[in-house]
Amino acid sequence: VTRLPEQPAERIDRNKLIRFTFDGKSVQAYEGDTIGSALYAAGQRTFSRSFKYHRRRGLMCCAGQCPNCIVAVDGAPGARACTEQVRDGMKVEHVNAWPSLEHDVMSATDAAGGTFTPPGFYYKTFIRPRRLWPVYEKVLRHAAGLGKLRHNQPEREWKTEYRRRHADVLVVGGGAAGLSAARAAAQRGADVVLVDEGPEPGGRLLAEGQQARVDQLLSEARDAGVEIIARGSALGFFDGLVPVWQGDTLHQLRARRHVIATGTIEQPLVFAGNDLPGVMLSDGARRLAALYAVKPGTRAVVATTSDRGLEAAIALHEAGVQVAAVADLRSTPGAPATTLTRLGIEVLPAYTVVQARGKKQVSEAVLVPVQSSGAGARTFVCDLVVVSGGAIPASSLLLQAGATTRYDETHGHFAITETPEHVVGAGEVVGHEQLDVAIHSGELAGLEAAHALGLGDSQSTAAADELRRQLELAADHRAPVAVPPAAIGAEHGKCFACLCEDVTSKDIGISIDEGYDSIELAKRYTTVTMGPCQGRMCQLPAVRVMAQQTGQSLADVGTTTARPPWVSVPMGILGGPTYEPAKRSSIHGRHRELGGNVKWAGDWRRAYDYGDPEGEALSVNRAAGLIDVSTLGKLLVQGPDAGEFLDLLYPNRFSNLAPGRIRYGVISSDAGRIVDDGTICRLDDESFYVTTTSSGAGAVEEWFSWWLADWGMRVALTDVTQGLSAVNLAGPRARQIMAKVTDLDCSNEAFKYLDGKHALIAGVPCLLLRIGFVGEVGYEIHFSAAFGEHVWDALLDAGAEFGIRPFGLEPQRILRLQKLHILVGQDTDSESTPFGAAMPWIVKLDKEQDFIGKWALEHYEQEPPATSLVGFTMTDGYVPTEGAVVTDGAGTPAGQVTSSRYSPVLDRVIGMAWVPAALAKDGAQITISDEGRTTQGFVQTKPFYDPDGEVLRS
Amino acid sequence: MSYLLTCPNCGVREVNDFAFGGEVSARPKSRPTFRELNTYNYFRRNVAGVQREWWFHRSGCRAWFIAERDTRTNEVLMIARPGDAP
Repeated sequence: VTRLPEQPAERIDRNKLIRFTFDGKSVQAYEGDTIGSALYAAGQRTFSRSFKYHRRRGLMCCAGQCPNCIVAVDGAPGARACTEQVRDGMKVEHVNAWPSLEHDVMSATDAAGGTFTPPGFYYKTFIRPRRLWPVYEKVLRHAAGLGKLRHNQPEREWKTEYRRRHADVLVVGGGAAGLSAARAAAQRGADVVLVDEGPEPGGRLLAEGQQARVDQLLSEARDAGVEIIARGSALGFFDGLVPVWQGDTLHQLRARRHVIATGTIEQPLVFAGNDLPGVMLSDGARRLAALYAVKPGTRAVVATTSDRGLEAAIALHEAGVQVAAVADLRSTPGAPATTLTRLGIEVLPAYTVVQARGKKQVSEAVLVPVQSSGAGARTFVCDLVVVSGGAIPASSLLLQAGATTRYDETHGHFAITETPEHVVGAGEVVGHEQLDVAIHSGELAGLEAAHALGLGDSQSTAAADELRRQLELAADHRAPVAVPPAAIGAEHGKCFACLCEDVTSKDIGISIDEGYDSIELAKRYTTVTMGPCQGRMCQLPAVRVMAQQTGQSLADVGTTTARPPWVSVPMGILGGPTYEPAKRSSIHGRHRELGGNVKWAGDWRRAYDYGDPEGEALSVNRAAGLIDVSTLGKLLVQGPDAGEFLDLLYPNRFSNLAPGRIRYGVISSDAGRIVDDGTICRLDDESFYVTTTSSGAGAVEEWFSWWLADWGMRVALTDVTQGLSAVNLAGPRARQIMAKVTDLDCSNEAFKYLDGKHALIAGVPCLLLRIGFVGEVGYEIHFSAAFGEHVWDALLDAGAEFGIRPFGLEPQRILRLQKLHILVGQDTDSESTPFGAAMPWIVKLDKEQDFIGKWALEHYEQEPPATSLVGFTMTDGYVPTEGAVVTDGAGTPAGQVTSSRYSPVLDRVIGMAWVPAALAKDGAQITISDEGRTTQGFVQTKPFYDPDGEVLRS
Repeated sequence: MSYLLTCPNCGVREVNDFAFGGEVSARPKSRPTFRELNTYNYFRRNVAGVQREWWFHRSGCRAWFIAERDTRTNEVLMIARPGDAP
């Protein structure tokens, strides 16, 4: 590893070594390095292969702007090597080259390219015969692209934290202007947030030897209370909301005033071979040397259109790079040229670079005078071509916020003219480029934001007036720049206007010839500006080529619409699962100790089984079992109108339910569709205890409270789901176990099926519901969650002598299937009515009172459903997949299997399925088509186990 | 789409704190025809303009309230508890 001697502004810690791998090879880096700086220091010049021609590409912008250094990090594609910080042990791999970055077979398209691959070539070439498209597509997908997504993303791997932050002022950009704006606004008492992309604020100042200015601005901003979000990328401007991506957090920032100080983006020049490794933007070369002490090359040629390139030449010379020559497009080079001449560096006025030559990287550069045709060309041996084609404002956020632009002839770019009231630009993005001017610009923006918020005083108003005057003066003293030609040197080789999508200046010409003569059309046809750089490097060159070819002015060509996201962002940040707290029942620790197989069930972590689902189910049927059902939704519905309220919400009656009794209920929508189900126990005249499904708990609470809000009845609704635990003790031995833990008389005479009683269990006050979801005598016990493990332990201890076993969700599913008890959402969908689901008895259409769903259910009662939910058994022992198709006689899909299991107590495969109504009768044969396999089943409409409910009521 | 909404109980919050309950539409008072019922169940006016709608403060107090919002600008003109809505 070769490094320069210690640089004053370097960001690396030479005492801390870090190792990572690139394509399997070990690379040594220092802490503070980026992948790009470390690889460059290690001699790597080719970082990627281009999108279409598979040409070698190397570091160019070193600022995360261009597409040249895209790599995959630890399997995730889309990282920019030049900005991604190194971490010990990270695995970095190249993308879009096969078999290796060094030897890429697809690079043959480069030699053949041009005529073989014009813009839109795949629309033209791969359309016939139509049926071969899938083959073409496969080949094309392999040939192009910027990396591969991992196929199997581990479940819930990407977590996104969403943070909402409201502030008085949001400043985007932490350079000189942004820091000054934040400081000025905060010092007047505004609540200010500053967002900056870099690891630390400072912007261009860091690489340009202005550390002291940065430190001063930063500490004053911090002292004034500015919140700084570093490594944060502002993604766009949405109705005043600015999402900022920072690591695995998405900040949603909303401010009353916005200051956009996003600076400028240095532009490349369009010439032959302008994409060769070794062609680098001047800021990129300076960053490599200044921040990472990496020598960008040994002998450089510089081509510039402004002082930016001249200053870079001086900086590179100071860093020990031999500068062979500097081509300045201006006929009168700027002031720094004097310094260069004094240093013995040749400055060629009115010259520019026409070609970079070299095989794997630059070895020669050809400079020509712009005005003459060919005469005076100078060729220089070099390994670095530093280019600076001017700078465009990084105006995307301003444009998204509604700002307007105008083509600025003098500077050769589109400049911001007006911004909406709440948004101002500061610093270079609005043309205030000299350091002091940028600071004034930021300060003024900060003061104006504070004033708009009613802060500040006469002193600050006077200060603002003075700043305004200074800025007006400065406007007349902007350094001159030259506007480069659209493209130069096309006769020598490919001149890339767009590096992301490999679009050459010729390609844009061809698309114009083919009729795509507006910039928006050419964009869609050639895909220029649509790649990862989002137009940062290619928008202006494309507009220039188009203006040149069509004879229009640049103002007439215009620009493409600025759209979010402004930076490449992982989809997971925008749409990934949020950090929802996992819900665990108060008994969860016991499930772990008992070897529970814990999985997600909605938001809950639940024991699916304890290692032996069939054995657990059998023990419920033969002895006793205990399951944690704390996840059930639990609502207290209380008040004088409680009974009437439930009558309105359920198709059956609850006002006539006697206190201490339980009734099953199915909630239907006004469209007559099943929404949820559960049991309701009347506690006393004015109180009902309603349980819902685990997954429907939240939705049912919303549903109940919505109707309550509309109807305004004398009812209080309390969601006690989280406060209460619940367990279900079931099995032939359940009653004997109850006798050991409670004084309550649990005989069948005293505590009948569908009775609800209050009693102490192991000393804990409980509500006992005698219901039978799993088909055996059972007691669903609800109690304060504080006693979860105590009650659980007491029941397991008491049941030990009777062979009790804890059982999980999976055995419960077997048991309820044996009873044909539906699971809403599993056996029903958004189209299911109680009639189709074989529960006509639950709908009381003779109820004199109105209820939700009544009118639709009256209709569906008259119009029998096309399919019905039935049970079925299999004869061949095959367990069909849930979702397998039920076909009619002709083999046409006519229904589907919703549940299927092997039942250990019946020693048969059983299931539930929606079948054509004609087949919904006992003994009917149904055909199930399951992933190519066709099997037969037989319909059974009554429960498989205890069909008449004698066990349940015993 | 992003804007602020004021919960009558909790105050100003981001709109994604809330669940949208759809435009307010009156449930038929007496038995509708099947066509009227389907219109009530499935059809929405979907106006480009001021609309009265239900909102639920899902990540907050879990109360329903009524808002009037201009669907073109997302300007919220009125919020009220259900019983207080004018």
